Amino acid sequence: MSIEIKVNGRKHSVNTSPETSLLTVLRDHLGLTGSKYGCGEGECGACTVLVNGYSRRSCIMKVGDLHGQPVTTIEGLEQEGKLHPVQQAFLEAEAFQCAYCTVGMIMTTVAMLNAMPNPTDEQAIEFLNGNICRCGTYPRILRAVHLAAERMPKGEAR
Amino acid sequence: MSERKQPEEMRTVEAIEPERYEAFAPPSYHFDLERRDFLKVVGGGIGVFLVMGEPAAALAQESGRPQFRFRMPPLPKNVGAWLHIAPNGAVTVFTGKVEVGQNIRTSLAQQVAEELKVAVDAISMVMGDTARTPFDMGTFGSRTTPTMGPQLRRVGATAREILIGLAAERWNADKKTLVAENGAVRDPATGKTLGYGELATGQTLAKTIISTDPLEPPADWTVAGKPLAKVGAVEFVTGRHRYPSDIVVPGLHYGKVLRPAAFGATLETLDASAAKAMPGVTVVHDGNFVGVVAPTLEEAEKALGLLKATWKTAPQISNAELFAYLKQNVLPESEAEEDRLRHETGSVESGMADAPKKFEATYTVEYIAHAPLEPRAAVAVWQGGKVTAWTGTQRPFAVRDALADTFHLAKDDARVLMPDMGSGYGGKHTPECAIEAARLSRGAGKPVKLIWTREEEFTWAYFRPAGVIDVRAGLGADGKLVAWEMHNYNSGPSAVMTPYDVPNQRISFHPTKYPLRQGSYRALAATANHFARESAMSELAHMAGADQLEFRLKHLSDERLKAVFLAAAKKFGWPRAKTAPGQGFGIGGGIEKGGRVAACAEVAVDEKSGEVKVTHVVVAFECGAIVNQDGLNNQVSGAQVMGLGGALFEAIEFADGKILNPMFSKYRVPRFKDLPEIEVVLVDRVDRPPAGAGETPICGLAPAIANAIFDATGTRLRAMPLAPHGLKKADPTPPAPRAAAEPA
Ligand code: FES
Ligand code: FES
Repeated sequence: MSIEIKVNGRKHSVNTSPETSLLTVLRDHLGLTGSKYGCGEGECGACTVLVNGYSRRSCIMKVGDLHGQPVTTIEGLEQEGKLHPVQQAFLEAEAFQCAYCTVGMIMTTVAMLNAMPNPTDEQAIEFLNGNICRCGTYPRILRAVHLAAERMPKGEAR
Repeated sequence: MSERKQPEEMRTVEAIEPERYEAFAPPSYHFDLERRDFLKVVGGGIGVFLVMGEPAAALAQESGRPQFRFRMPPLPKNVGAWLHIAPNGAVTVFTGKVEVGQNIRTSLAQQVAEELKVAVDAISMVMGDTARTPFDMGTFGSRTTPTMGPQLRRVGATAREILIGLAAERWNADKKTLVAENGAVRDPATGKTLGYGELATGQTLAKTIISTDPLEPPADWTVAGKPLAKVGAVEFVTGRHRYPSDIVVPGLHYGKVLRPAAFGATLETLDASAAKAMPGVTVVHDGNFVGVVAPTLEEAEKALGLLKATWKTAPQISNAELFAYLKQNVLPESEAEEDRLRHETGSVESGMADAPKKFEATYTVEYIAHAPLEPRAAVAVWQGGKVTAWTGTQRPFAVRDALADTFHLAKDDARVLMPDMGSGYGGKHTPECAIEAARLSRGAGKPVKLIWTREEEFTWAYFRPAGVIDVRAGLGADGKLVAWEMHNYNSGPSAVMTPYDVPNQRISFHPTKYPLRQGSYRALAATANHFARESAMSELAHMAGADQLEFRLKHLSDERLKAVFLAAAKKFGWPRAKTAPGQGFGIGGGIEKGGRVAACAEVAVDEKSGEVKVTHVVVAFECGAIVNQDGLNNQVSGAQVMGLGGALFEAIEFADGKILNPMFSKYRVPRFKDLPEIEVVLVDRVDRPPAGAGETPICGLAPAIANAIFDATGTRLRAMPLAPHGLKKADPTPPAPRAAAEPA
């Protein structure tokens, strides 16, 4: 059946079952491969996207449960060719090795800064604990989070 | 390993200890430049070829004529890497090495750039494509930095000299007066410049250099060890980089493989009718292999779920019997001879007899998983009887060979491309995902993508070997070791030799039968052997009434290892006074793969809950001259985080050929909340060639933590992971002393 979803400000109609995961729809139907598969059980955060501005694990969210809520993926973060401050911060802090976790970390950070513009280390650790970086770049990710928080103009987060 | 008899050499050895899981088939070079019509591919220009290991004599025909025309046979076949400068000035480096997060795409380009005098981003790196890059055994064993890096540096320098020579010819100037800079050659006397592109135009020049020729010492590097941002980093923060699992080709279908009910199970019955009835679905059944292909992932998943199979399984051992099994199943003398390691100096018996204090303990390590965040993935396409596969692997050429073998193809009819992947840590050496995708693709007649689920990755990849390590030692009246005996069962010989001065030694590695598929891992057995030895060293220090650090220094003549112990201790503030209950400090370190590492750890043990938290880690690391400071720092710090998991809580649980915790909700990996304060001290030795850094830094942490837990609580933990459920539930009683059997 055909399902209507709104991703990065654009409407798409996808031919799949409502049971299909949002991650599969994004990656394999819409070609938005920035969101990653890491576990399929909501435990690693590699697939994190924003639904209505909140971070969600797209691997365990059924596309049929979106009910019209807008989805933002990493592909929708850049504005007019300019990196989002969180992307810029990760870039400058070089907060990755293989970078497979990076997109999920960035999306989670964007959601966190939406809710909490200036998180302490403890708050950031709490918020990000569901995201795994197997390469162990956590200290740099925390640096990137603080860098982004400093830079993010109020109201820019989405 | 027959050369292991000389202890002095072992102590200072810079050579790489062979890993039995990384000792692969001998190289078979397939890079035949003539056949590939090299010029047609690249359209002229200047090429510098690194020829692997051939004695200069083999190229004697070239003597006096170091440069020759491309088409002039014979070109050497054993090319290890090469560099091309096109008439438009584009510089391309071709290497079979791959980027898995260790940052070599950047560090290799950086080294070429430094020598060639071009900007790093002016260099394209073509890596791990079996059709375009020269043969390479694989990216593992920390070999890239010590070998490929300096070699490519020479390649870059050679290209620079060719360009200067060409400019000198054109200007009729003396080579020595010209300088290369910013992608051009300049004559300071006249101010004239010629870009590399202009110099390469109309040329068909090639030059070979031999990998065995001496390298320039790092102290003479023109630019050394500057930090540099990861090449292509923007692609990663925007999600644009295509990992193996992101590859898409026209007409792509999705595959799923039906996994057996247990390891070693055989298929008894299969009812695939419901899956076959789904439109667009193909079921591929070939012996024990069963898989499905469908136009979408969700349909493939559904079809897989509709397969009904029964499997014949056999009872198999579980964690409970693991260590007894390893000890009881040492391979007979006649088998695995080259894997065995036996080292003997003096007489352990007489040393022990004379020792006033004797020590004996058994240490164990469980199987653990690499769990790279990107599971294995492959996209396979057949065309005209040839197969192309994109896949995540540390050994693209081995995967190509495996594809060729499996499908009875000529090697050139299988091509493997390795997009920079979501890491491996030694866990992606084997070809199965690419083979499965290729089998499904051939069966369905469609391009097929196969991404292993996390559960498949945890179950059907391979594990870091479990092991049992027995240690016996004698302390003299002067508080110095007089005898040292260590036996490793199954986990491997890496770093089993002690770096400490002990007159009487017996050290052995005993290969055994083992219950789970096992293979490479970051530093592999070095972690287990360091855990045992460095725990024992602190136990012995305690027995001798000495400080953990002092005791080690007293037995060390390796100045480099001493230096990292002292560097870590200084930064850590060793010896530190306890300021809170449950606090403890430990140290551990050693030598592996040419590097030296020492770690100091502080733990806080919650007396009520038994929770163990590592609060502070200082790691000092020396791997010769530093190539990329920031990248190295990142690697060393990351290794501490990864090492924390293996030290404290990672363990594969298994029974009857099944993995019982094949998911992140059951197999605990380090997360943000586990993060200690980590301080990295890099000891730069510009007088020494660089060694690799992906592995060795992981070795010191586990024993440092075990020693810190003992310092905090008086409980000695000798099993890794140390505290999977906190201290309360851990077994506080040390394992029984090992049976008095003579070592095999
Ligand atoms: S893939 Fe969704 S949380 Fe791991
Ligand atoms: S950088 Fe590799 S998983 Fe985070």
